[in-house]
Amino acid sequence: MSNIPMVSVTTKPLPDAEEGQMNSFALRRGLGLLAAAGLGLGVLAGCTSANSAGGGTDAATDGPVTISINGQPPKTQPFDRKIFDEDVAEFQKTHPNIHLEPHEGFMDPKTFSAKLAGGQLEDVFYVYFTDPSTLIARHQAADITDYVKDVPHYNDIQQPLRDVFSDGKGHYYGLPTANYTMGLLYNRKLFTQAGLDPDKPPTTWPEVQADAKKIAALGNGIVGYADYSKSNQGGWHFTAEMYSQGGQIATKNGDKWESAVNTPQGRAVLDNLHQMRWTDNSMGQKQLLELADVQQKMGAGQLGMYLAAPDNVPTVVNQFHGSYADYGLAPMPGGQGTLIGGEGYMINPKASPAKIKAGLQWLQWKFLNPDRFETNLKRYKAQGQPVGLPVPPVADIWTGAVRDKEEQLKQQYATVPVSNYKSYMDGASRLKGNIEPPQAQEIYAALDNVMQGVLTRRDADPGALLAEADNKVKSILAQVK
Amino acid sequence: MTATLIETTSLRRPEKPARRRGPRSSGRPGRFGDNLTGYGFLCAALICFALFSWYPIIRGVLLSFQQVDFVNPATWVGWANFQKLFADPLFAVAWRNTLYFTLLALVFGFAIPFVVAMVINEFRHAKGFFRLVVYLPVMLPPVVTALLWKWFYDPGPGLFNTLLHAVNLPGLSWLDSSSTSMLSLVLVSTWANMGSATLIYLAALGGIPGELYEASELDGATIWQRVRYITIPHTRFVLLVMMLLQIVATMQVFTEPYVMTGGGPEDSTVTVLLLLYRYAFVYNDFGTASAMSLLLFLALGAFSALYLRLTRTRG
Repeated sequence: MSNIPMVSVTTKPLPDAEEGQMNSFALRRGLGLLAAAGLGLGVLAGCTSANSAGGGTDAATDGPVTISINGQPPKTQPFDRKIFDEDVAEFQKTHPNIHLEPHEGFMDPKTFSAKLAGGQLEDVFYVYFTDPSTLIARHQAADITDYVKDVPHYNDIQQPLRDVFSDGKGHYYGLPTANYTMGLLYNRKLFTQAGLDPDKPPTTWPEVQADAKKIAALGNGIVGYADYSKSNQGGWHFTAEMYSQGGQIATKNGDKWESAVNTPQGRAVLDNLHQMRWTDNSMGQKQLLELADVQQKMGAGQLGMYLAAPDNVPTVVNQFHGSYADYGLAPMPGGQGTLIGGEGYMINPKASPAKIKAGLQWLQWKFLNPDRFETNLKRYKAQGQPVGLPVPPVADIWTGAVRDKEEQLKQQYATVPVSNYKSYMDGASRLKGNIEPPQAQEIYAALDNVMQGVLTRRDADPGALLAEADNKVKSILAQVK
Repeated sequence: MTATLIETTSLRRPEKPARRRGPRSSGRPGRFGDNLTGYGFLCAALICFALFSWYPIIRGVLLSFQQVDFVNPATWVGWANFQKLFADPLFAVAWRNTLYFTLLALVFGFAIPFVVAMVINEFRHAKGFFRLVVYLPVMLPPVVTALLWKWFYDPGPGLFNTLLHAVNLPGLSWLDSSSTSMLSLVLVSTWANMGSATLIYLAALGGIPGELYEASELDGATIWQRVRYITIPHTRFVLLVMMLLQIVATMQVFTEPYVMTGGGPEDSTVTVLLLLYRYAFVYNDFGTASAMSLLLFLALGAFSALYLRLTRTRG
């Protein structure tokens, strides 16, 4: 689905000044263009016919049931695809009454509504942690409160992660399957070259500043610290940095949300970035960066540090043919808190009770199954995949004895230098985890501007930027129901 | 200045066809049976337009007054979507930026192709080669063009700043500064789309009788006088149509800001379509996005009608 009204103009040479014909030609052309402009309307409207959920055998009883699921990795990721398909086959073998229809792909906000409207949305669909609050408010996910009590080990999942899928009134709409806490990804090689100890990454923002300055002093276009400021990712990182300073983006007062952007913590975030960008010159000249830009720079060995989730490590290593030994993860600087994010699955709001039950069985068996920890780790290790990172198949979502068991197995089967991520793992359990604010994407869009202002204008006024963002966030939060 | 498709067919008034004589011509021209094949083709086109253009447009208008969640039936909300838009501070910013882009695109994207066409038209040799060279960027996918220019604009190792430094000039921030970001986007758009306009101008210039230029040269006319009194009057209608096309197309600019700046820095390149995109596909608010689309549709419709009326009157 494309929302871009493309103006396809058929035009022709105009040899003679045949005015009457010319004018009628111009009129037709104008009308043609007008119709093209109307395509913008058309394409939007094309996404909006309400329909029923995807087909498949439905069963209100415990008989056979067919459910469609997404999350199947693309063929360009052969290992992940193979694992997924093997799991589907094994699940169907052990659950003969449930037939799975796997679909490629994950959450794409651009097509989600169209799929839901067109009855193409899977019965069990993947979401990021930024999505559930909006989907719940829009009634676009099934209420599974009555079913989760039957999901084994549900109570061993960290409570804040379970709450991501809650409406705050005791109802639950999905299951978390992976979690990250934002940390600091750094290049150990550059740390060494800059005379820094790669085993002692910075733990405070002044230390980040100082280390970034030393790394940038290596020259050759090397950047000490990079940050996003585009595609809502700037707002996302601003939020993480606010949490690290002990601040919040939004606080709840009774039933209402209030903006907490324009605070001393917000000011500290901006002052810190301004210092690195303009005084220390440790953030490089090119700004308006997003994830892909920064990963590319890190993979090319041109970047010292950036804020990232652990899943960035394999991405950087695999895409740029790097070595796990060259990268380290540290906890979020500042020590006051960090942003937690992750992924999970929700159920189609039009799914029958039988499909909901079957969907939850699949999710628990595939993603939330302590009994399969060891099997999964063995499979990953046998295939030469990295084991030891705090990412699936051993996602950091558990508490208590289950978490201990997972950590012990992870160390036992580790194929990457676990010590490089130890400080991150210690910090993850120590730091206060904050979930994303309500209406996260809209708020992040507003906060992108704050990051852009301070990173692209030497004379930026942090106070004015925060005040402007505060007004925008207030009006966004006023719409939260 | 978005994608243009060139179709070369003559605009000369068609000669009146000779009336067919023979058994099928019974003296009742336009009989349904005679035109059955034509109606068949027309039906196919009408069905396509109705399904993929007119029906969605009507649904879009209805959607502007509704709130939808794609699960429950749509609810009528009156003017609420429009009120929400007008309350959004970015709404005015987006219109201002779009108009600024259109103005800059007129200055660059309208004038440059015409000048280039006149220059190429003067060449005695290798005209075809230069036509190809000018048209080549049109064949690049728009996203590839945008990414290529993103590298040109890189304030560090980018092409433009490297060139500036080579002649001891300070580098510019290009996309990273709100004072130059929009101009930078216009340059990309001009480069990427000028090929089509240049070819159209070249075709129009080729229709001007060479004798006029020869006579004016004999009379001692300067280059500017030839352009002023021969070239422009003879290409006036092409110029007027191209201006209309360009304004309508540039008001819908999306790809360049979406790929290159994301609307930044500090909203300086947020355009109407980019904001519309955010409402629809980031915030999933299709009602408000449709309301915005309807406003754009009405604005362009009103402008086109006014423009055609004015140019027809003056013509």
